Amino acid sequence: MTEKVYDLIVVGGGPAGLTAYLYAKRALLDVCLVEKGPIGGQVLLTDWIENYPGFPEGVSGFDLIELFKKQVEKLGLEVKYDEAIDLTVDGNLKIVHLATGEKLKAYSVILALGAAPKRLGIPGEDALIGKGVSYCAVCDGPFFRDEIVAVVGGGDTALQESLYLTRFVKKVYLIHRRDSFRAIPILQKRVRGNPKIELILNSVVREIHGKEKVEEILVENLQTGESFKLKVSGVFIFIGLRPQTEWLKGKLDLDENGFILTDKNMETSLPGVFACGDCVAKNFRQIVIACGEGAVASLSAEEYIQRLKNA
Amino acid sequence: MACKVTDQDFEKEVLQSPIPVLVDFWAAWCGPCRAIAPIIDELAEELSGKVKVCKMNVDENPITPAKYGIRAIPTLIIFKDSQPVETIVGAVSKATILNALNKVM
Repeated sequence: MTEKVYDLIVVGGGPAGLTAYLYAKRALLDVCLVEKGPIGGQVLLTDWIENYPGFPEGVSGFDLIELFKKQVEKLGLEVKYDEAIDLTVDGNLKIVHLATGEKLKAYSVILALGAAPKRLGIPGEDALIGKGVSYCAVCDGPFFRDEIVAVVGGGDTALQESLYLTRFVKKVYLIHRRDSFRAIPILQKRVRGNPKIELILNSVVREIHGKEKVEEILVENLQTGESFKLKVSGVFIFIGLRPQTEWLKGKLDLDENGFILTDKNMETSLPGVFACGDCVAKNFRQIVIACGEGAVASLSAEEYIQRLKNA
Repeated sequence: MACKVTDQDFEKEVLQSPIPVLVDFWAAWCGPCRAIAPIIDELAEELSGKVKVCKMNVDENPITPAKYGIRAIPTLIIFKDSQPVETIVGAVSKATILNALNKVM
């Protein structure tokens, strides 16, 4: 018996993967989506999105993904809720190996793997996840009503989530290792104008203390070398992203941080394998960029599959 | 479907259950919670008779989440013989939840 061969496998069900899937279905490709968690990816961790065009009032991450999902479901959404753990090549075919042992064959693969929040890697962090250490303000913020929390980071996410947390908490210490923020000016303006947010610049968190839950953090001022403790019950960490590409090492070219290198058609160093979204090596990571790349990857994959079939 | 439990019937439904219980602590404002809801319902069907699968809304039921020190959702806790034996924080895959359940079944 010959095993089923898909035209295309899309790995990852965030905005990039769902857009790639949408374009593939409209090209009448036989396509399968692989997702290890819930459909949506990091967007589900976002409370309110104000920079996705077409939503003048903004939209919640969950609602935006529901709309994406609805659009592909209309065309037929086939999902394997499983984790991709290996990618191999067999002649013209690519094989995606899943954690449960299943092997999916296809002519082409699109990697829309997204990224996960980076950890600080300091004492107390891992042990107190879910007990005050958080990477998702929208999930966990309401547990800190009228309490004092710290936010670590200086990019868009750190500032946006600090602002979100002020709805619940008494006070936010926004701790950033430099003296200026990377975040866009509109967010900086809002943060500086918010009386609940106190900036602690040129400083890093060295340790998180607490037994059953977060009780205090040890902060070091990098300019003066002085260390001090802050009583907080929550530490929200937004210091950037790490790609989930360990399983691809040696299979295709990655940059020094593990992000996937692609050409202008979103093709990786492995012919017929494309990548899009936050897992790609680039300067900017935004939902709208992920979607754009998803479309490019899908159209490129379609061309690649046509060439193979016509050969 | 997963059954709903409250602060009032938690003792009876979860702690006194003769079989292991998976409790999904969730809230309507939490995207990842809503996203894993279908997985939780699937598990309720597939494990029927072996594991009881319940959901507790943390907004409507503040006492039990506080008792178990929940500071993040979704949090899944597996109870066996009235004790919490496994805790999973965050939206994880069905396989991860099944692995944890297999240890207690």
